[in-house]
Amino acid sequence: MSILIDKHTRLIVQGITGRDGAFHTQQMIAYGTKVVGGVTPGKGGETIHGVPVFNSVAEAVAATRANTSVIYVPAPFAADAIHEAADAGISLIVCISEGVPVNDTLAAYHKVLGKRGVDNPLGSPRLIGPNCPGLITPGHSKVGILPGHIVTPGPIGVVSKSGTLTYEVVKQLTDRGLGQTTCIGIGGDPVIGTDFIDALTLFEADPKTEAIVLMGEIGGNAEEQAALYIKRHVTKPVVAFVAGQTAPPGKRMGHAGAIISGGTGTAAEKMAAFEAAGVPVARIPSEIPDLIAELLQRRRARKKVPGKVAASKKAPKRSARSASEPARKPVSKKSPAVRPTKKAARKK
Amino acid sequence: MNLHEYQGKELFARYGLPVLPGQVAGTPEEAREIAASIGGSVVIKAQVQVGGRGKAGGVKLANTPEEAYEKARDILALTIKGHAVRKVLVAQAADIAKEYYLSIVMDREKKAPLIMLSSEGGVEIEEVAKVAPEKIIRYHIPLTGLRPYEARNLMLRVFSDFSQAQQAASILIKLYQVYLDGDCSLAEINPLAVTPEGKVIALDAKVVLDDNAEFRHKDWANWRDPEEETPGQRLAREKGLSYVKLEGDIGCIVNGAGLAMATMDLIKHYGGEPANFLDIGGSSNPEKVTAALKIITTDSQCRAILFNIFGGITRCDDVANGIVTSLKAAPLGVPLVIRLTGTNEDKARRILSDFGLGATTSMDEAVQMVIAKAQEEAS
Repeated sequence: MSILIDKHTRLIVQGITGRDGAFHTQQMIAYGTKVVGGVTPGKGGETIHGVPVFNSVAEAVAATRANTSVIYVPAPFAADAIHEAADAGISLIVCISEGVPVNDTLAAYHKVLGKRGVDNPLGSPRLIGPNCPGLITPGHSKVGILPGHIVTPGPIGVVSKSGTLTYEVVKQLTDRGLGQTTCIGIGGDPVIGTDFIDALTLFEADPKTEAIVLMGEIGGNAEEQAALYIKRHVTKPVVAFVAGQTAPPGKRMGHAGAIISGGTGTAAEKMAAFEAAGVPVARIPSEIPDLIAELLQRRRARKKVPGKVAASKKAPKRSARSASEPARKPVSKKSPAVRPTKKAARKK
Repeated sequence: MNLHEYQGKELFARYGLPVLPGQVAGTPEEAREIAASIGGSVVIKAQVQVGGRGKAGGVKLANTPEEAYEKARDILALTIKGHAVRKVLVAQAADIAKEYYLSIVMDREKKAPLIMLSSEGGVEIEEVAKVAPEKIIRYHIPLTGLRPYEARNLMLRVFSDFSQAQQAASILIKLYQVYLDGDCSLAEINPLAVTPEGKVIALDAKVVLDDNAEFRHKDWANWRDPEEETPGQRLAREKGLSYVKLEGDIGCIVNGAGLAMATMDLIKHYGGEPANFLDIGGSSNPEKVTAALKIITTDSQCRAILFNIFGGITRCDDVANGIVTSLKAAPLGVPLVIRLTGTNEDKARRILSDFGLGATTSMDEAVQMVIAKAQEEAS
């Protein structure tokens, strides 16, 4: 199992005739993703890497029964592409484009949200991004730009605001034999479609995901919100990392959302929030595999038959949560790999 | 992009917000002329993008043009919190009966623009939030827009005088237009002042623009202050690279913002100090690598440089070619440590070794190596 994409994903590529769109179409097909169509207004009737091109998303959906779309169009037109996909009934919209004005993202976000039914806990239609690397379910499907060769199937769910930092950590996980259910990059913009809490909810509900790696960065308070959510609702072990511990205030660190403003959004605050929620925090990326391996082992030791455990976690129950919570806290305190955050260290 | 006060006021004036007449001056002579043309008392305000200008002596009252000359001369000689004052705003002085705070900012969590309003104006809002949080009114602007009645009702919560509330409501509606049309991520009036005659005016302007929207605002280019940039920053902007200068001595060139931040953190973790943040982006051609090296070497006193490349879309051989081309054109003068892994890694290694350079695959190892090299250089 996995979240959001699998072998049933039928993908269209918006902006398929562009340089990035064409290149990554080829990469996604090579990985095994079912790319059923592409959209570039005015280029309908052409084919790219054997994929038919349509003039509109609606046309593409009618002809191919696509359920997922990935957007590679230039930033000035990216929000429009999200609106079009939502109106055409696409259920998962992944926007890779970087540099979309926040006001445009905001309108597109609310359009997608408005299409969502009331009784729809796992959220469809859903927007991922913008300014994100997309997602990959090892062995089944990749949507976006994550390199396929660094992932391998396994029990870890990965969610991150970053691109190459995610590759770095995923490769280290893979090298340690820690495979992944799904790796999802949610993007580094101030306003994004799918946030940490959404991804945590999905991983918690996914029976094959046994542990979660969360990688945040400075700016905003999504990490603090995620920490609270984990404490209340996530029974599976989580390891967190926060990039930008040395970032100066008031400067955008590459990502539009990565800025410490008015003294808030610092890495120290975020790391403290995770620790307060009982979530072990890796100080450097290479600590992540050790931390997650240890938590995974403890979880499996607690539940002697891992396969059955996973199945019983499908619907998180009160009893399951209270059974695992007391067990998780000592882990974070006793684990030799868990060190205090910088802030805590300074206080000493 | 952050605007100077005088630029923010220009923007406000376009939308009919009440600002007092004033002009920007770069010399004391200009300040004298402007003061004479405005007539009466003027305020001379340092145009630097930091808070606390008043306390630092950057805001002064002048009653005559000659006094304006003297005060401007004094202020133009100041450096406030590390920012040299190069321009002053000379604006008509106003008597103030009461000061309020008003701003619109993007609330990332609620995904809506947020109005912040307070009866405690003239001080930094972060301060108010600390000492008297109950004095800040927060209101999210609905998706369907801000209605006049909403603006009026909000203002009636802090203004006891109806006419003043009405004026402030009209200011709020216009400020939201500035925020929307102008693609602002912050539009702030602090203080929103009431004169003894009961007139409500915007005495200051703080505007932050969403850089992503620059493609539809041709006029933003005129607002960019070239003197605010270091040569390296200018080059980075022209080449489309994300770059932030820091105080350390280890230069780093990385692909991807998250990895670049993590690289800085790792340098600090192992006992070094990063000289910069620099993201060469996804599809890095050799030219970008050359530019990156130039940016770092012109701007900082770095003692060693680290390349940290995780090849995905970025091809390692492109980066290797960029490094070799740059070094052939001009030797660096400081040691170089290269870490690369991913797409076309083997090709990249061959290119580098033909030129006598090695490369490691581990990020931790590379960071420790570059710190050691920098320490050797220092001693």
